[in-house]
Amino acid sequence: MKGLRHYPGFLPMTIGCLVLLYAPLIVVMVYSFNGSNSITTWGGFSLHWYVDVFTGLEAARFGAAARNSLSIAFLAASGATLIAVAAAVAMVRGGQFRGKQATFALINLPLMVPEIVIAVSTLIFFSAIGLSTGYLTILLAHLTFCIPFAYLPIAARLQGIEDTYEQAARDLYATRWQAFRLILLPLMMPGIMSGYLLAFIISLDDFIITNFVKGAGMETLPTAIFGSVKQGIKPNIMAISTLMLLTSVLFVTLAYLINRKGQKTP
Amino acid sequence: MADRSGYRGLTAPLLLPTWVVIGLFMLVPVAVMAIYSVLTKEFRGGVIWDFSLAAYDQFFVTRGLFGDEAPQIEWTYISIFWRSIWQAALATLLCLIVGFPTAWFIATRPAQSRGVWLFLITIPYWVNLLIRTVSLKFLIRDTGPLNEALMGIGLTSGPLPLVNTNLAVQLGLFYSYLPFMVLPIYAAVERYNFAYSEAAADLYAGRWTILREIVLPIVRPGIIAGCLLVFVPSLGAFLAPDLLGGAKTFMIGSLIEEQFKGAQGNWPFGAAVAMILMSLVLIVLIAYARAATKAEAR
Repeated sequence: MKGLRHYPGFLPMTIGCLVLLYAPLIVVMVYSFNGSNSITTWGGFSLHWYVDVFTGLEAARFGAAARNSLSIAFLAASGATLIAVAAAVAMVRGGQFRGKQATFALINLPLMVPEIVIAVSTLIFFSAIGLSTGYLTILLAHLTFCIPFAYLPIAARLQGIEDTYEQAARDLYATRWQAFRLILLPLMMPGIMSGYLLAFIISLDDFIITNFVKGAGMETLPTAIFGSVKQGIKPNIMAISTLMLLTSVLFVTLAYLINRKGQKTP
Repeated sequence: MADRSGYRGLTAPLLLPTWVVIGLFMLVPVAVMAIYSVLTKEFRGGVIWDFSLAAYDQFFVTRGLFGDEAPQIEWTYISIFWRSIWQAALATLLCLIVGFPTAWFIATRPAQSRGVWLFLITIPYWVNLLIRTVSLKFLIRDTGPLNEALMGIGLTSGPLPLVNTNLAVQLGLFYSYLPFMVLPIYAAVERYNFAYSEAAADLYAGRWTILREIVLPIVRPGIIAGCLLVFVPSLGAFLAPDLLGGAKTFMIGSLIEEQFKGAQGNWPFGAAVAMILMSLVLIVLIAYARAATKAEAR
């Protein structure tokens, strides 16, 4: 009986949920094209604030912040993905070994501990070992909390790959390395790509931990935006927000499509 | 099973980078933080390596303005924790009220369109949390589009005071973590066998009775997981209370941040508050893990 799946009011609730989720983002996107200098009145469609982002008074500051954000995200996501691939192979293909449960808990630790606690402990740790805060400390912190985000899609993908393919390769005298590089790695690729993209976004998005370990004078995009917003929301912030928003959506859509395509192959 | 792919002897070297990175930059730091919470504070940030319980003492005990009265319970910080717990609980409830019907609706769609609905729900999660919070503030501020629209159609004569209220903070938390509620409930409903509903309907149960008596007990693990995934990050949230709330909505996250940024910084106290927050979260997680294993054993 089909009727038992449908409850009156659940569809409007879902629509309401989506409206709530998207309305603020859409409003900011629309207002980023506002020709007026004030954020309250609408002054016609204009790309004025996008030009301002790249050439205006704060362009140098935001440009430097964007370069930091992108290079840290690139390095942290690359490192985290490499670490996560190795970990996933060991966890999924390594059979039972001592400390497997503990390792699983360790990988998921960055997801369990509240962000603010990670931020405080990381700052204290760097201070205790005498490492001055800056680019390197941000990178190390990002590398750490990116690992579970890269690991989860990679391990999920690997669990879905039967080991008969590698087995066949080994039967045909492929070395362990050849079987990995030529058989397993290509099969894992969709998981690796989505893991990499997710880690990249997570690094690009982080504010709280970065804010603690960045040190004076060092900015990433979120901390630069936060600094500006504290003085009030200006139109150029909306243009930057829209650009970042579109970047995130682009990356997630890519991760989604790659993953979906991957599910159709073995 | 034989080791057919040949990775068995390699687990230690393959896992070494994970152990080193997460161990060194997360596990060790938490241990160092625990040590810092029992050290003496240095003015202008930092610590002096002398054992002291002053941080915990400051949190729990008051001896009057001049420190010469009989020790009593200090309520200032406990009430900040209490308020954070309340805020997080209300945000969780809000997520549940909206998230359950949404998850149910998506799980009962045809298989092809489910992925698209789920994707629509998760996209906002991947948009920068700071940008989402700022966007929400822009929308609901006194002269923002929402209030302009409400006044425009004559629903209210003046702007609704939304920003700097508890409601704004709950809305911000709700907005931040809603997908965490929808996804586990969706997973539970998707596995639900509708034959149970049909059996109940054959016995003349109404649809809401079925939902309450049959469905809810079965999908409860998903609901509890969702509540946990919203409650835990809400408890230590910093951006929503800081940007959307005012002085009256001060939460744990801001209290901790203040100890490391402000001129009044106090590292041992900040470390102690973080330790107390982490213990609270651990208690919740352990209680959940216990209940989950118990439910599985049944």
